[in-house]
Amino acid sequence: MAPPADARLQLETVRLTALYGRRAAVKDVSLMFPRHTVTALIGPSGCGKTTFLRCLNRMHELSEGGWITGKVLLDGEDIYDPSIDAIRLRRRIGMVFQRPTPFPTMSIYDNVAAGLRVNGGRPRTEVDAAVEGALRRAALWDEVKDRLRHSALALSGGQQQRLCVARALAPEPDVLLLDEPTASLDPAGTQRIEELCHELKTRYTICIVTHNLQQAARVSDYTAFFYLGDLVEIGRTEELFTKPTKEQTEAYITGRFG
Amino acid sequence: MSARRLRRRIVSGAMTALVAVLSFVAVLALVLILGYLVAKGASSLDWGFFLKNPVPAGQAGGGVANAIVGTVIIVGLAALIGLPIGIGTGLYLAEYGSGRLGWIVRFVADVLNGTPSIVVGIFAWTWLVRPMGHFSALAGSVALAVLMVPMLARTTEEMVRLVPHSLREAALALGYPRWRTSLRVIARTALAGIVTGCLVGIARVAGETAPLLFTALGNLNFSTSVLQPMQTLSLQIYVYATGPFDEWHRLAWAAALVLMGLVLLLSLAARWAIRQRHGAAR
Repeated sequence: MAPPADARLQLETVRLTALYGRRAAVKDVSLMFPRHTVTALIGPSGCGKTTFLRCLNRMHELSEGGWITGKVLLDGEDIYDPSIDAIRLRRRIGMVFQRPTPFPTMSIYDNVAAGLRVNGGRPRTEVDAAVEGALRRAALWDEVKDRLRHSALALSGGQQQRLCVARALAPEPDVLLLDEPTASLDPAGTQRIEELCHELKTRYTICIVTHNLQQAARVSDYTAFFYLGDLVEIGRTEELFTKPTKEQTEAYITGRFG
Repeated sequence: MSARRLRRRIVSGAMTALVAVLSFVAVLALVLILGYLVAKGASSLDWGFFLKNPVPAGQAGGGVANAIVGTVIIVGLAALIGLPIGIGTGLYLAEYGSGRLGWIVRFVADVLNGTPSIVVGIFAWTWLVRPMGHFSALAGSVALAVLMVPMLARTTEEMVRLVPHSLREAALALGYPRWRTSLRVIARTALAGIVTGCLVGIARVAGETAPLLFTALGNLNFSTSVLQPMQTLSLQIYVYATGPFDEWHRLAWAAALVLMGLVLLLSLAARWAIRQRHGAAR
């Protein structure tokens, strides 16, 4: 395997086009994700942000008629190469969805351990430590440490979402994909998740899809603006929001459309 | 304004009353059947009824011990054969059954579901009883299993389809292989529904008589050999109820009550089991 051209670069898409059957939802997007940064994807509904995100861990190909052209490089290696096992790959890239998705039949502990156990048998103490570590990083440990064996459904919506973050973190992924993680949360829950983004980027490379422009401005280092499947503009967040170079971007962030 | 509100209240009240009456009618039928069974059969129930075998016609006393054991064996064996096939088929239909094969399986299951049970009995007679040369409990179990499979397959499929798509995605995004997602997450989430479906299936075939008439045949003696003819409660009820003796009629009522009791016990046990499972995670 060739060493990555730039060690600071974790993830890169090269001319990525994502299709549903014959309809392209993401068109020819080349985007770079530097290591340990937060990149926000913004744009109006249906602009292809979520589809783009789902290409990064090969979830898109599970959708009806989903396929891609182009490349996605993780540490310089094309994840769509035939030699790559998509299932193993997904263990290196954590994902959190719009709505909390705890497994209803599992306890809090088992939910967090789910991604570890799928990798095969590990000593109990190792799993214990990994679960605690993941819950601490997701800022949930103190709230659940006394009821790890209780059903995950007993948690509030915001706690469930942080549980899903912990579940995604437990297998120690390199990249964390967040698909509108605060869409179903109240302001307090939203704030917790945003704070998490700041803490987690010291260890992970994060890509977050959001409809909330303030949120993008608060949590991200880079912001990418998508429109109708095209990547319109990408830049450092403070620059994109203060002096966008494209008129479409300016129109969107000032609320004139979208 | 208030006229409209009045109208709304009247319609709402009338509809509520209507559905209440309809549910009452539905429950009434069940209560009447149960009550009648208890009234007619309870007086014949004693230890002897459960512990003794039938006595020759004309004699008083005797019990249905052989039929109770026979029912448990035949239905148990049918469940052993039918549950894995039925649940497996249901999982297949829900998870992989979007293609042509799935369509065919679904169609066959629906046709089988509507097949009269006596036809299934003839099928078992042709393929098992005749080649073996004699009636057997095994042939009865196979006939009941054939009745169970399409029912279980469709119920399991429905229950699995009720599991939200987002859970499947969450498991796949964690790096679960597809089969493991199906078993560990989807099937487990749908478990309560699947178990209920199994129970309904078992309870339904426990009362079947027609497919057993020329497979398990019935047996006046106590037998636990699945290769020999065996008595079941439903067969016993059929023989006693259509017989000429008052004593037999009395026993038929009691046997019907016992059969009903067994089915009731089964569903209570499963409900309890499900609650235990879910309670453990709470």
